[in-house]
Amino acid sequence: MDARGASLVSIVDGVRAGAVSAREVTEQFLDRVARLDRALGCYLKVDDVGARRRADAVDATRKAGRDPGPLAGAPIGIKDIFCMRGVETTCASKILRGFVPPYESTVTARLEAAGAVALGKLNMDEFAMGSSTENSSVKPTRNPWSTAHVPGGSSGGSAAAVAASLCAGATGTDTGGSIRQPAALCGVVGMKPTYGRVSRYGVIAFASSLDHPGPFGRTVEDAAALLEVMSGVDPLDATSIPAAVGAYRRAARAGREGPTPLAGVRLGVPTEYFQPGMDAEIEAAVRAALDELARAGAKIVPVSLPHTKYAIATYYLICTAEASSNLARYDGVRYGLRTAEARSLEELYTKTRGEGFGAEPKRRIMLGAYVLRAGYYEAYYGKALRARRKIADDFSAAFTACDAIVTPTSPVPAFKFGERIGDPLQMYLADILTVAPNLAGVPALSQPCGFTKSGLPIGLQIIGPALGEEICFRVGGAYESRTDWHTRLAPEVA
Amino acid sequence: MATDWETVIGLEVHVQLATRSKIFSWSSTAFGAEPNSATDPVCLGMPGTLPVLNRSAVESAVRLGMAAGCTIRARCRFARKHYFYPDLPKGFQISQFDEPICEGGAIKFRLKGEPRAIRLTRIHMEEDAGKNLHAAAGVSFVDYNRAGVPLCEIVSEPDVRSAEEAAEYVRAVRTLVRYLGIGDGNMEEGSLRCDANVSLRPRGSEKYGTKTEIKNMNSFKNVRDAIEHEVKRQATLLDRGERIIQETRLWDASRGVTQAMRSKEQAHDYRYFPEPDLPPLVVTELEQVALRASLPELPEDRFARYTREGLSPQDAGVLVADRETAAYFDATVAAGAPAKRAANWLINELLARVDDPRKLGEADRPVPPTALAELVQLVEDGTLSGKLGKDVFAKMWAERRAAKEIVAAEGLAQAFDSGALEEACQRVVAAHPDEAGRFKTNPKLMGFFVGAVMKETGGKGNPKAVNEILRRLLG
Amino acid sequence: MSRITADEVRELAILARLALSEQEVARMTVDLDAILDYVDAMRELDTTGVEPMTHAVPFDCPLRADQTAPSLSVDEALANAPRREASFFQVPRIVPGPGGSSTVEDES
Repeated sequence: MDARGASLVSIVDGVRAGAVSAREVTEQFLDRVARLDRALGCYLKVDDVGARRRADAVDATRKAGRDPGPLAGAPIGIKDIFCMRGVETTCASKILRGFVPPYESTVTARLEAAGAVALGKLNMDEFAMGSSTENSSVKPTRNPWSTAHVPGGSSGGSAAAVAASLCAGATGTDTGGSIRQPAALCGVVGMKPTYGRVSRYGVIAFASSLDHPGPFGRTVEDAAALLEVMSGVDPLDATSIPAAVGAYRRAARAGREGPTPLAGVRLGVPTEYFQPGMDAEIEAAVRAALDELARAGAKIVPVSLPHTKYAIATYYLICTAEASSNLARYDGVRYGLRTAEARSLEELYTKTRGEGFGAEPKRRIMLGAYVLRAGYYEAYYGKALRARRKIADDFSAAFTACDAIVTPTSPVPAFKFGERIGDPLQMYLADILTVAPNLAGVPALSQPCGFTKSGLPIGLQIIGPALGEEICFRVGGAYESRTDWHTRLAPEVA
Repeated sequence: MATDWETVIGLEVHVQLATRSKIFSWSSTAFGAEPNSATDPVCLGMPGTLPVLNRSAVESAVRLGMAAGCTIRARCRFARKHYFYPDLPKGFQISQFDEPICEGGAIKFRLKGEPRAIRLTRIHMEEDAGKNLHAAAGVSFVDYNRAGVPLCEIVSEPDVRSAEEAAEYVRAVRTLVRYLGIGDGNMEEGSLRCDANVSLRPRGSEKYGTKTEIKNMNSFKNVRDAIEHEVKRQATLLDRGERIIQETRLWDASRGVTQAMRSKEQAHDYRYFPEPDLPPLVVTELEQVALRASLPELPEDRFARYTREGLSPQDAGVLVADRETAAYFDATVAAGAPAKRAANWLINELLARVDDPRKLGEADRPVPPTALAELVQLVEDGTLSGKLGKDVFAKMWAERRAAKEIVAAEGLAQAFDSGALEEACQRVVAAHPDEAGRFKTNPKLMGFFVGAVMKETGGKGNPKAVNEILRRLLG
Repeated sequence: MSRITADEVRELAILARLALSEQEVARMTVDLDAILDYVDAMRELDTTGVEPMTHAVPFDCPLRADQTAPSLSVDEALANAPRREASFFQVPRIVPGPGGSSTVEDES
């Protein structure tokens, strides 16, 4: 088995068939990490001992004649926002350095029960706040396609690790685009499911009503395979959806069948997502993708999402309010960092938080505190909640005219380190194409659809109606089967 | 001349609900002595944890609201209330703000025999915080066992008009809580807590004066004393023409004064917003009907019924004070005892023997209601004197035996045998010929003879029967 | 026209318990001002009669049965404590503070 470029599904098939042991797969990937991650900085922590133990357990199960699970032997990376029992989980923040949770997130528990082998914890923007992973308090992660460029964020480590085959799949979270945007910038598949489809228990909260845990994979079916296992109602999460989990892998494969697998499918193209002045290469790639989808049988229809222009403001008002609340617990009392110099309770709080949070979390905490203040609530937060409903209604209306919506994922390809980090507002505006589905709670997938002339990946976004993951996978699968972007390998720098 | 100040008081009472597990997580609410031994990642506010609402807490809140005559919201919401304090693990408390589960309603009770109804603004659910313990030398300790225990907060309108009334109000809340079986309502243990908002205004004025919030009153007596003190303090200031500062003041029972908290702590912007981790809570019509059917007869309704049945207000008041006492009384009457007698026996004999009236409801109580009814019947029909009846009761209680069985076993029946009683009377009359002769002119000697017969029979013997026999013998 | 002043930023920092250097205050004022200016565009959106969307799920609050499950042991609960004393979390001395219910304890 050649680890580089291997899809998760092909690895699992091999392990289940006995063609390769989980242990062998694990060793190959651990070896790649050891050789290649220094240049990329994807992993915050490699858990080789734990990985080998898990792999051996999978092999033992298989040898004993029992089913080793639908993800048997799959080497995966875990964004360092998912709590794993006994493993340091930091959200790439100083304030959680040394925090070892005594509990396990539902997502990682399900993945392990399915036979997946977690190799370690992946880098991210601190507390999932950012679009470039430059906000990690530990180190930046580099885009495997060009190490002078960012991988996107906040799940930059996850996207880059999959792109560089330092794992075959990964988990991430998407609050305003943090799975899809890095997936697009790194040329891999990333899926933000319907809100509540995947349990948030054990996922360190940034913005509770907007956080979506989801998968990364090299192929659409890889992402589908991971999502099937991650999904499902959880008694520990009161916002998790009770609806049955769909057959996502089957949907992905259905997209591959026949000459016109998308016959009868209407794909909406929202005018607001194709503004004059958008990046020409990105527009060209996405339009070419639409042509391909039309050749696959889909009908392309124009739709409108008229409240798109308020999406960023709405998003940043809601997510910062919720973030300021969710981050109030980091105070040096029960876990994490405590300042060395607290002469009073007040100083314990202010200095611990002053020392422990980076600039972006501080900014969002302050903005969030501002918009929730008595007297400001209605004008800001209250207003944003109503705008949110209008944005959600836009999608509901559009989905009466189409089955899925197709757009570019990111208005720009990967940018260089330092290019945007100095201007927070500029950084926020990079989310313009991804935030609306978070506000509405509808599922959205990003997959590679081309490269810029300078060799940077371009991403295609497929948005479905609530609980419409299947249509996203079907369309994505169809597009992928007719193109070969997903087979391209990022250059390797030992 | 000093102004006639009217006292205006609103009360906030927090009731701990005695559910098995916490309101949003699975740790036990019945924690033991060791600190931090009843916690879980959720109630510790660890990163990534989420609240899941306890059904029993909701049912208790709804039943409390129904018992107080509140409107139950079909759909209500939780909200986050933010402040920084070590006993608050998440940096916010999950409470209810805009749409609480219960609105309106009233708490009814009697103040010096007069019926009172204090209107409620609302009742809402929230989680309790942990406990801070102030240790020596610059450090404090935090114990999160209590963090996450379910609370109902009962907010009254400013209808209370005296410190005494405030104490009675809190007592009435406790009675209601115990009637419903939703909590212990124990102020000393902290399962019932009270804060008061106190202001004064010239009598007849409609405008409210500046109020202060009084905290740290942990008994009914403290509620009364603290408010009395605060009223005097405010009156003194106002009489001098000074203003009342709106502030929070803590009651210091040992010094008998309220003290202002540091003003820096005063201004709170709680930054309420709807709790995103909990969708809105719906209580359906069907569920409401079932919960309403589960309500017991409430204290004030029982009080009215008992006084209608002829009990004095004092006795009725004692009986309704605890559900177990009232239930015991009802069962005793149902078993045939006349109401007034049953009340007397219950109040004078049973209640005197239990340190907690709720023990009357225990399955292994020494004297069940039917047994008491039997004893009451024996005294009623003259079989036992009142005094003998008390002795028999004492034996019933100590030895868990039925009245008739004790009477039979100990030969108390001898006293019932009119023949034996007749003989005893004859012996006594024969032994005192002088007095027997003087009886006709000095009927007061009857007392002497009755006493002598009682001594002769060891106190057994129906005084009425003895009287009749002696009258006949003495002529 | 600036939407937020340095003084307001300092007040907010106290509210949010963040110790900010003067440099950070200055930077924060500029950043927040720009962001608030941007979000001001929301004003032009007519939202009369629109229900606030607080949750992206269409269902009501699920309820859990009132059952206990094992708690963390004291050691597990305190394992991450930056400062621990016996079975307690230790903090600098607390002066009676705010809160919903009377949580003033003074047990030594």
